[in-house]
Amino acid sequence: MSACDACLRRGRLLGLLAPRIAGLLDRPGSRSAGILALPDADLIDAVAGEAVEEVHERMGEFHAEGERAELAERGIGVACRHRPGFPGQLGELHDPPTALFAVGELPELERAVAIVGSRSASPYGLEVAYELGRGLGAAGVTVVSGLALGIDAAAHRGCLDGGGRGVAVLAGGPDVIYPRQNGRLYEQIAANGAVISEMPPGTRPYRWSFPARNRIMAGLSELTVLVEAADPSGSLITAEFARDIGRAVGAVPGRVTSRFAAGTNGLLRDGAIPITGAQDVLDELFGAGALELASAQLPSDPALQAVLAGIEAGRNLGELASAAGLTVREARAALARLEADGLVKRSGLGSYERAAGR
Amino acid sequence: MPAMLASVATFALEGVTSREVTVEADIRRGLPTFTLVGLPDRAIRESRERVRAALLNSELEFPMKRLTVNLAPAHLRKGGPGFDLGIAVGLLAASGQVAPEALQGCAVCGELSLSGELRPVRGALAMAMRAREAGLRRLIVPVENAPEAALVEGLEVLGVPTLVRMRDLLRGDWSTDPAEPAAPASTPAEPLLDFADVRGQEDAKRALEIAAAGGHNVLMVGPPGSGKTMLARRLPGILPPPTLEEALEITQIESAGGLGSGHLAAERPFRAPHHTTSPQGLVGGGTGPQPGEITLAHRGVLFLDELAEFARDALDSLRQPLEDGSVQVMRRQRSVEFPARAMLVAACNPCPCAKPPERCSCGPLERGRYARRLSGPLLDRIDLACQVDSVPLVELVTGRSRGRDSRAVRGAVVAARERQRARLADSGVSCNGEMDGRLTRRVVKVDADVRGRLLAVAGRQLLSGRGHDRVLRVARTIADLDGRERVRGDDVDEALGYRVAGWEELAA
Repeated sequence: MSACDACLRRGRLLGLLAPRIAGLLDRPGSRSAGILALPDADLIDAVAGEAVEEVHERMGEFHAEGERAELAERGIGVACRHRPGFPGQLGELHDPPTALFAVGELPELERAVAIVGSRSASPYGLEVAYELGRGLGAAGVTVVSGLALGIDAAAHRGCLDGGGRGVAVLAGGPDVIYPRQNGRLYEQIAANGAVISEMPPGTRPYRWSFPARNRIMAGLSELTVLVEAADPSGSLITAEFARDIGRAVGAVPGRVTSRFAAGTNGLLRDGAIPITGAQDVLDELFGAGALELASAQLPSDPALQAVLAGIEAGRNLGELASAAGLTVREARAALARLEADGLVKRSGLGSYERAAGR
Repeated sequence: MPAMLASVATFALEGVTSREVTVEADIRRGLPTFTLVGLPDRAIRESRERVRAALLNSELEFPMKRLTVNLAPAHLRKGGPGFDLGIAVGLLAASGQVAPEALQGCAVCGELSLSGELRPVRGALAMAMRAREAGLRRLIVPVENAPEAALVEGLEVLGVPTLVRMRDLLRGDWSTDPAEPAAPASTPAEPLLDFADVRGQEDAKRALEIAAAGGHNVLMVGPPGSGKTMLARRLPGILPPPTLEEALEITQIESAGGLGSGHLAAERPFRAPHHTTSPQGLVGGGTGPQPGEITLAHRGVLFLDELAEFARDALDSLRQPLEDGSVQVMRRQRSVEFPARAMLVAACNPCPCAKPPERCSCGPLERGRYARRLSGPLLDRIDLACQVDSVPLVELVTGRSRGRDSRAVRGAVVAARERQRARLADSGVSCNGEMDGRLTRRVVKVDADVRGRLLAVAGRQLLSGRGHDRVLRVARTIADLDGRERVRGDDVDEALGYRVAGWEELAA
């Protein structure tokens, strides 16, 4: 992974101009409106205002070699569209990023899927996002998301738990952990994939840089899946970017009474692909039936099998333990193991039921 | 008439402890009046009539002069009839019927009947404790209270039957031997309610054994009539017998709450308030203030049957006491602290229709609504949730082999508690259930693979940070029951199996 001088320079320029762009664009509902497609000189003219001289002066001090050395020292990778290693599919965007800064190692992006949604998601949404992430991660599909609270984080977590590799696209520099609550998740993604951004290291996120980040998520992914999204919302903006460049958009059906489902149900009405599980995504990517999700496996331990069968029959724990010839201690422990494997889940106060499994 | 002023030490009950109060009696010439000052409540103002009648009916002199009685400290609001004896003795001393010197180092406490007999009061044990702390040598109480008060060592407790005897005692015309400490309440050699009588219910029995061994809170879920109450009532029988110190605490609370038997408590209390009980009834308050159910269950079991039927605010009010082991009740600018270290045992139906599973028609919506009725913060304090089976009638009649009896279970519980006490010796708590998150993570060590499994469950948002600590605490107790110092993966799995689903998880 490497970058040419011009692209490195462009990256640094974006970081320098980010607060000024914020002054112009940061009001509700505004988009980057193609501003990022402008060449360097025009961009400076467009946003720098009276600080034009200062910006030119600061950029005059820029030395590509020094920048490279500093990035290398901090362990931050950089890729540009003129060199190999840059995800080519981003070129289909109207205003593609020129350079990408990365913490970690960019995984296979041939068949990537973005999973995005609301920050304040419902437990249902979180569960679905987690299961989607886990199923795709287990199938070796790279999951792209934005490290935000709620759906994004659940999808990232699922992907990691499924043993997959993920990409988190940040609105600020790749070294600026945002939101802070997801610090541990950030570390895990960096270790099992990459955290990337078009903004240079040290840049804080601005309101305008979130939709700009969303276009990168859409551009990287063959399919963008919305799990829960209000209307209007940032997730719908991501879906719009994906549609603009002819990529597929999927949505998870939600409750018609839930405001978090207004955006996703609206997308479905407009023809988005209904997504009810990871298998639906795999069917879309590889053709129906081409890649089967590993079906819920029966546990190999006969005790676990017996307990699972008892739960399917709707038995109480004490009953199923004596039917299976186990002590209640063994039965309780078996229950916990089955739950950890996702084969049973709690259905009410103290009761369990069979679940889909991994 | 030599003395015109006399003072007598007595006690006011405050919560379940007591405060020293001095009765000052002043007699001087003037129109015959009897004034009582020092923030007395109605019961104390009525005490003027009782004292007058008791003195006259005992053929003692009631001075027809200007009588003023002050209860010091004057700012403290006082209530109850326990000051009668103090006031009467104060008048006897001030009017020269007894020598004021006879009251040196001595405190009195008791209610009077109109005939001059002494009636027992609440909280005699608390008063005796306070008397010893105050450095008094001797406490004179009604005969019925004497054995209870005598539980306090280093204090001479005299039981007196009537006001006349009281005078004779102070004059040296009559004497009585110091009271013997109350014997522990007689207990049958074998607990009446035995675990062995409960057929089946292995899951609930196991959960109760773990709960008893570690001082954890339990939720029992099962259809009506399946024996939840029967099981809960057997819990005190498998808890370790109270230590002397705990027995004193229990006796003191029972006495202050007016439930005392006059004996030293031999069993831990079992309180089962009805589901219509108000927040005040559960945590304490009102005039007095009175101890609530959680205080009456101190060192014992608080059983909440039909948990979902309790008012939300009543359940929420229990959260803080369960966490802190004590309750602060504010009354008229003063706060009174009640002890409240009780094990919570709750019971509820699995769903609102409460029918057996094959006839239940409750959908997820109904179940969700039912779960929401339970207090989230309270469910958060539950360490183990177990299922109670509906036992077929046939099995009840014929029965199978008897399980372990309460004595055997108690033996295991006591051994487990002993291990905990040794391990937690320097940390200020006595059992695993009382450990906070920090202590839990310091004390409970698990192998890396077990930790990984826990983290995986936590990662799926099935386990909150608090839930994580709770699982570790329960796992620690399970290992203690087995007499193992090392916590194994099986222990953690069993603890996970008993965990309560997060409230959000249920309500979703």
